[in-house]
Amino acid sequence: MPTLTSRAKQVDRRPMSLAEKLYLPAIFKGMAITMIHVFKKKATINYPEQKRPFSPVFRGLHILNRDEEGRERCTACGLCAVACPAEAITMEGAERQPGEEHLYREEKYAAKYEINMLRCIFCGLCEEACPKDAIYLSETFAPSNFNRASFIYGKEELRIPHPKEDPEGYKKALGNRAKK
Amino acid sequence: MAEEKKLFKVTIDNITIEVEPGTSILNAARKIGGDVVPPAMCYYSKLKDSGGKCRTCLVRVAAGSTADPRPMPKLVASCRTNVMDGMIVENITSPAVQEARKGVVEFLLINHPLDCPICDQAGECHLQDLSYEHGAESTRYEFNRRTFKKHDLGPYIQLHMTRCILCYRCVFTADQVTNKRVHGVLDRGDHSEIATYIEKNLNNDFIGNVIDVCPVGALTDKTFRFKNRVWFTKPVDAHRNCDKCCGEVQLWMRGDEVFRVTARKDEYGEIKDSSKGSTGWICNECRFEKKNASDWVIEGLSNISRHSVISQGKYPGLVKPNETVVEVMNGHAPRLMMNIHSVSEVNKPEIELSKIAGPAHSSDFNSNNA
Repeated sequence: MPTLTSRAKQVDRRPMSLAEKLYLPAIFKGMAITMIHVFKKKATINYPEQKRPFSPVFRGLHILNRDEEGRERCTACGLCAVACPAEAITMEGAERQPGEEHLYREEKYAAKYEINMLRCIFCGLCEEACPKDAIYLSETFAPSNFNRASFIYGKEELRIPHPKEDPEGYKKALGNRAKK
Repeated sequence: MAEEKKLFKVTIDNITIEVEPGTSILNAARKIGGDVVPPAMCYYSKLKDSGGKCRTCLVRVAAGSTADPRPMPKLVASCRTNVMDGMIVENITSPAVQEARKGVVEFLLINHPLDCPICDQAGECHLQDLSYEHGAESTRYEFNRRTFKKHDLGPYIQLHMTRCILCYRCVFTADQVTNKRVHGVLDRGDHSEIATYIEKNLNNDFIGNVIDVCPVGALTDKTFRFKNRVWFTKPVDAHRNCDKCCGEVQLWMRGDEVFRVTARKDEYGEIKDSSKGSTGWICNECRFEKKNASDWVIEGLSNISRHSVISQGKYPGLVKPNETVVEVMNGHAPRLMMNIHSVSEVNKPEIELSKIAGPAHSSDFNSNNA
């Protein structure tokens, strides 16, 4: 009969020799392998205390970016929502009024912006679609929760800290991902 | 004049067609249809005297006529050049035309702000389509783009002069469709702008049609301003009995909300003829005042080109499968884990964006989002 793969091995059905019947050599051989692995470098880390560096292409939780003066970049153009394969993004646009120039970069802005993290698949297409560098995926995980309602992220959850009022938080949130 | 009119034989991109004398090359190409039709930004078949300004419809005439088969020395504007018998025209088959069109698009975009993310016309903008097909990816222009003092044209129409390409379509519309024109093109050259001379509202009967004829986002609907993106709204054909106009319109809906009313457009983005045979211009009342679904008799989903972004998320002929869970579970509905409307801040039922007269402002969203 032709073998299905080149790696097929014939089962050895000869009766065991005396050394094999003793079992002890095989047990010592196995224990030796175990002891070698005890002293080898561990493949895992103690997660909450230790953290691995993120890969430069890691796609984590979304951040709504601001410009260097702290004005929101998003203009509610809807390109992230139309690019989103999971239809997780919704928004409502509004017109900037006189006196709100320090809040919003352009005459139109997203009054409401929401990402349903239950739907989001973290593909990063919203980031690619964004013409204003307003949304990017940061180097953080979405926190786990028992409550579904807490996965609907509004602007409050998504906005980056203000660069003037909280420069450290802004820098931390910006990470290495956002275009500078 | 009983004698049969002689038809002119014209060949456009190796396709021969017989048309009546006096037809422009552009209209002859439109009779053939498909890819050979030159794009047009200023020519509008429903408006007399339009065309000849934007130069996007340039074609090469390889042979003038049977009597004089010499080629025309320069590329000609196909909307303003009439066919001759035996004329041979090259549009997509001529590299010179494609190169010239690329140059024209670059010129049109020199002063265009490219603020498509903000612009309400994005998604149905002819300049967007044209530059996508013929334009270069980047600009070579290093100077400041022209800017204008803002003109307020009243509660219905929003003017963004920086986006204007000076096609004059709105001027012709005001002349030919409304009873009085109060706006026009002021100044010359680089300074020319669409404006009313003294601040005046555009509010005469049919003036809303300038929004539909505008090929770019220079004139947009103020009642729809910033409320939604075009491709998230669903276009449906609808009609109502209107004593002023044909009443046949396209509604741009979201759920049961009517966000925008426009005239019905054909494949060249021009207003279609109504069922009565005349051009389907619609009056201001139909366009701006009737924002309830109950005002209209809805005929069904409009035809959308499959290549348009507007076709996203629209499924004509969609049949929803029967819900079998309730049957199988002996009449018990499945337990809803979360009602998205109780959590979501977007699309609140009590904030009806379509009923707000102008664009929404921060005051329209009651919770603080500053």
